[in-house]
Amino acid sequence: MNLIETKDLTVRLGGADILSGVTMTILPGEIVTIVGPNGSGKSTLLRSILGIQALASGSVTRKTGLRIGYVPQRLHIDRPMPMTARRFLSLPQRCTDAQATRVLARCGVAGVENRQLADLSGGQLQRVLLARALLNQPEILILDEPTQGLDQPGEAAFYQLIEEVRRETGAAVLLVSHDLHVVMAASDRVICLNGHVCCQGAPDVVRDAPEYRALFGFGTQGALALYRHDHDHNHGPGQGTPHQHGPDCNHSHSHSTAKEAQDHV
Amino acid sequence: MFDDFLLRAAVAGIGLAVATGPLGAFVVWRRMAYFGDATSHAAILGVALALALSLPIALGTMLVALAMALTVSALAAKGWAVDTTLGVLAHSALAFGLVAISFVPGVRADMSGLLFGDILAVSKQDLAFVWGGAGAILALLLWRWQALLTATLSESLAHASGLNPDRERLALTIALAIVVAVALKIVGALLISAMLIIPAATARSLSRSPETMAILAVLIGGASVLAGLQLSLQFDTPAGPSIIAVAALAFILSTVISPLKTR
Repeated sequence: MNLIETKDLTVRLGGADILSGVTMTILPGEIVTIVGPNGSGKSTLLRSILGIQALASGSVTRKTGLRIGYVPQRLHIDRPMPMTARRFLSLPQRCTDAQATRVLARCGVAGVENRQLADLSGGQLQRVLLARALLNQPEILILDEPTQGLDQPGEAAFYQLIEEVRRETGAAVLLVSHDLHVVMAASDRVICLNGHVCCQGAPDVVRDAPEYRALFGFGTQGALALYRHDHDHNHGPGQGTPHQHGPDCNHSHSHSTAKEAQDHV
Repeated sequence: MFDDFLLRAAVAGIGLAVATGPLGAFVVWRRMAYFGDATSHAAILGVALALALSLPIALGTMLVALAMALTVSALAAKGWAVDTTLGVLAHSALAFGLVAISFVPGVRADMSGLLFGDILAVSKQDLAFVWGGAGAILALLLWRWQALLTATLSESLAHASGLNPDRERLALTIALAIVVAVALKIVGALLISAMLIIPAATARSLSRSPETMAILAVLIGGASVLAGLQLSLQFDTPAGPSIIAVAALAFILSTVISPLKTR
């Protein structure tokens, strides 16, 4: 049975369609990543799924009684509220000390109970947020750009943790990202969003889809190569197949022509 | 009991501190300081309207304060620049209130009481009203405490937990309107938000959890009331401003102490 299903979901803000005709489903236990450029409506889609965003048309169906563990994009810890990690875990449902200790240890931040949230590093804070989300034994974890502000090793470690959690608990994972480095390789399914669903499917299917390439170019493969070193486009030295490189592209071939230098974004 | 005017003043002031402590903490956490200003300045307009319509003054102030708070919330939700909107509304409310009240005969003389409070003239009836209002605010905050904290940290987190942040915001708005009516007699329209913010801000640097901050704010507010009354008696200074002055000194002290304590 589907945990979440959207049908022809359309959201209009200020007269403009932010999302139009988005149809997607999330099955139990799968990791689904929504990728898309800035302003493509990723966060709006998440808000619709959570029931925060009013729809212009279409529908969102959640399995009845679905337990959601939500990890927000950021917390307003800049706000002058004193808050320890332990106290935070008890918001809004109180948990026992034993539960708190266990879930913090599981997320790799054992012993931070008495630290102030504001004093935690970005990576630690994300793990505390994840720990809180795990407390009510969620059937699905929803994460909104959970690794913003983490460096690449931190990001990779965080996604690895999510994969482990999924394996242990069987919870589905829905996450949103605008950076494609490590995310895609860890996903079962990728939904490429740009106001509408451009394409979706297994990571390597999406990666090869022309719609995806039109949005992101080829460059992300360099980063994907962190996980799999299978460059699927061939070019000899000097051959100069025109393609774009993302900022983190690390596959090497010479850029000799001025034409290519322009393509290089 | 409560025949001594000084005792009545002290008990009323402490009653106010019980309400402003936790409510003030939320004002600080949510950066609503200017919001508190606009709401409390509207109280004078409320007094004028109550006198003109021969309604109970507390009811008039509460209704106008509530109307002001809801207006500000609605404008902010519509995307008006909150800073400017609040600045315009806060001072317009004050100006219109002062103009309106000048039409009501006999109140002119009592203007400073409206602006700065008249805690030494608190009656037994006032006392019952102050503690009734403070009790209502405290009950409301305690009832919504977990939800209020969650919504203050992150609205989307609250949503995902099945809470409605708008409802929590409304609870705070109502509490703020009640506190304005309660505090008018004690510290006056100009210093209500000071009573909200200063004890809470003082407690901030000394606290590690939201609960300790709220409780400390009550204690600091209560101590400021007692010390301010004492000062006022000894040096014949106005009571309301003396209370706030003591709270402000406590705040300065706390900024000196806290770095020594934590680092």
